[in-house]
Amino acid sequence: MSDTHSHTSNNIAYVADQSLPELPAPINTRGPIAWVRQNLFSTWRDSILTIVFGYLIVVAVMKLAPWLLFNATWDANSLRECREINTGACFAVVNRRLNQLLFGFYPSHLYWRPILTFFLMFVAFAPMLHDNLPRKLLWFTAAFPLLAYWLIWGGPVWSIVLVVAALVWGYFVFRFVSSLANQTAAIFAGIAAVLLWFLIAHDDAVQLFVSVFGSVGLEPVESAKLGGFLLTFVVGVTGIVGSLPLGILLALGRQSDMPVVKMICVGFIEFIRGVPLITLLFVASVLLNYFLPPGTTFDIILRVLIMVTLFASAYMAEVIRGGLAALPRGQYEAADALGMNYSLSTRFIILPQALKISIPGIVNTFIGLFKDTTLVSIIGLLDPIGIMQPIRSDQNWNGIIWELPIFAGLVFFVFCFTMSRYSMYFERKLDTGHRN
Amino acid sequence: MKTKILSLALGTAALAFGATAASAATLDDVKNKGFIQCGVSTGVPGFAFTDDSGDWQGFDPAFCRAMAAAVFGDPKAVKFTPTTGKTRFTALASGEVDVLARNTTRTFSRDADLKFTFAAPNYYDGQGFMVRKSIGVDSATALDGATICIQTGTTTELNLADFFRANNMKYEPVPIETNAEAQEKYLANACDVYTTDASGLAATRAAFEAPAEHIILPEIISKEPLAPLVRHGDEQWADIMSWTLYALITAEEKGITAANADEMAASSSDPETKRLLGSEDELGVKLGLDKAWALNAIKAGGNYGEIFAKYIGKDTPVALERGLNALYKEGGLMYSPPFN
Repeated sequence: MSDTHSHTSNNIAYVADQSLPELPAPINTRGPIAWVRQNLFSTWRDSILTIVFGYLIVVAVMKLAPWLLFNATWDANSLRECREINTGACFAVVNRRLNQLLFGFYPSHLYWRPILTFFLMFVAFAPMLHDNLPRKLLWFTAAFPLLAYWLIWGGPVWSIVLVVAALVWGYFVFRFVSSLANQTAAIFAGIAAVLLWFLIAHDDAVQLFVSVFGSVGLEPVESAKLGGFLLTFVVGVTGIVGSLPLGILLALGRQSDMPVVKMICVGFIEFIRGVPLITLLFVASVLLNYFLPPGTTFDIILRVLIMVTLFASAYMAEVIRGGLAALPRGQYEAADALGMNYSLSTRFIILPQALKISIPGIVNTFIGLFKDTTLVSIIGLLDPIGIMQPIRSDQNWNGIIWELPIFAGLVFFVFCFTMSRYSMYFERKLDTGHRN
Repeated sequence: MKTKILSLALGTAALAFGATAASAATLDDVKNKGFIQCGVSTGVPGFAFTDDSGDWQGFDPAFCRAMAAAVFGDPKAVKFTPTTGKTRFTALASGEVDVLARNTTRTFSRDADLKFTFAAPNYYDGQGFMVRKSIGVDSATALDGATICIQTGTTTELNLADFFRANNMKYEPVPIETNAEAQEKYLANACDVYTTDASGLAATRAAFEAPAEHIILPEIISKEPLAPLVRHGDEQWADIMSWTLYALITAEEKGITAANADEMAASSSDPETKRLLGSEDELGVKLGLDKAWALNAIKAGGNYGEIFAKYIGKDTPVALERGLNALYKEGGLMYSPPFN
């Protein structure tokens, strides 16, 4: 090789001692033209499909855009005015009723409370979603549900203080019983203690505190005033936040060696999954009323929250069970071999891996749940879908059909798409390259 | 499992604490609460809707406000619970609402079987048909084979089936849930005919871009006396509901309006007007209310005619004629027993 080379180099007159400047790639292999060629017209079949679908898209846009954008009316007092102004969509209804679509009948001078809650929600989620934030923020995350409840519903500050007190009381019962008996019994005793507090003493204690210390707090807002996207968020976020821990417990319980725990978990999961959400909502709105004696006010939104959370947790449990099942047996055995007990191995070996595997399924359940909240309109709660009907029944807006669902759909899309993109980012971040 | 335990626990707790509340009369409960919980629909044009500021308005909420004024002297002492066709009766039966004013048809089975007590009808409606003019039908008896948009869970379903069977015709139902859905389906030609109460048809047609292209057929195939209702078994509360309505009707008959009620109470020489408005005798006390109950109810939103004109009358977009709902003196069916 080197011989040949030296031989030829001696025979030619000129040798370039530096490389030529790089030329851009040929026009048909780069830039938009190449992209179009490669992706849209690479074979004759592709070309036909591109032309057909391109035509359909153009037609759809040509038909929709004038109605949706160019001829749309954004400011008018009624549909009749809209029709006089222009021929397109009448988004004036969204404009005029924006507050109702967002907050329902929430008192307008208190809008800052749900708005503040909404932004605080991101602060609360932040330490769970980004690991480079100070860990102390997790305390805020833990306190957020109570804070959100207080901000949205208002009431004396004592009710929140006493809830914290109840949790502390539950914790001490747990500590006390765990010094006498095993942990499982202690957990149940702690939960029972907290429930007992709420059933028997809480309301009276709040009354007592109010009478002794005065009613410091926020102006109370009753549940019936909640509506629009505020209701969607209250139901959706509560369901999402509540269903994940419950789902994990149920999934672990389902794999438990203890027959009673296993039976309860399997029974619960299969029962809930065997019943449509709308049936559970009807149970919440209709049937529970018959069980409870007349005169008891058991808040309809609370009933819905419980049902939605239970419903989502059953699905969550199955998603996480999938993650647990996908873990190779060796991981469990390795944890055992290291001498870890059940709680240690679950916390440090099993769950971190199982949850990572389950992320797409978990987010899928979240998104599904978030959209399922619109079902509450069927039991007369005025979520964004439910509140459209009274708006359309106003003679000013009667005849409006598409504008309101388009608006609601857009908002839903923004949130669901964000969740989905975030989960993809999260998966990539947690991807440690181990594929089983 | 968990729900069962929870509801059991709550139920027992509630039994222990709420047993006394359960046996009290509705009026006492309402007075303790400080407001009337009133079930309305989730939206029927003219009859119940929310205005720009988020308040419930319409023919039905106006009646609830009149009742609140009768009980508390304050038309604002009322809270509204939107109910759907499916949840309305359980909401009332379970005590979630104190009175249901939700354009509900009084029928035998609802009265006797579901155990409700109805007031006199406050709106006499009837089921009609709306079709596009272009299909060239001018009578409901020519609708053989039509596809019909029909609201589920209402009396209209049964009426429709009866009418077509009686006339030996066939139809294909397109079930819909709400009036807005019906409008959309009907305008998109998913059904040839939209059938519901004639008042609803008129309101729907008024909202179309080209109302003149649609006609409401002359046949009214059913009696739909719409009335407010309460639970069986509390006569006092039922009386308050019934006589509040009668007070509004009598007020129209006697020419008492929201504007002149105070003046009439002070200066009228008609004995029945005086009894009604509490300037003579104390009728309200016999209902467990104060003597100005009817005066307050009338001042809340006006007499029956004023409420009708404000929300569904011919100057509104719903544009309903009084028809059967005129006073008996003017050829209608609105007839109040005397206040004696």
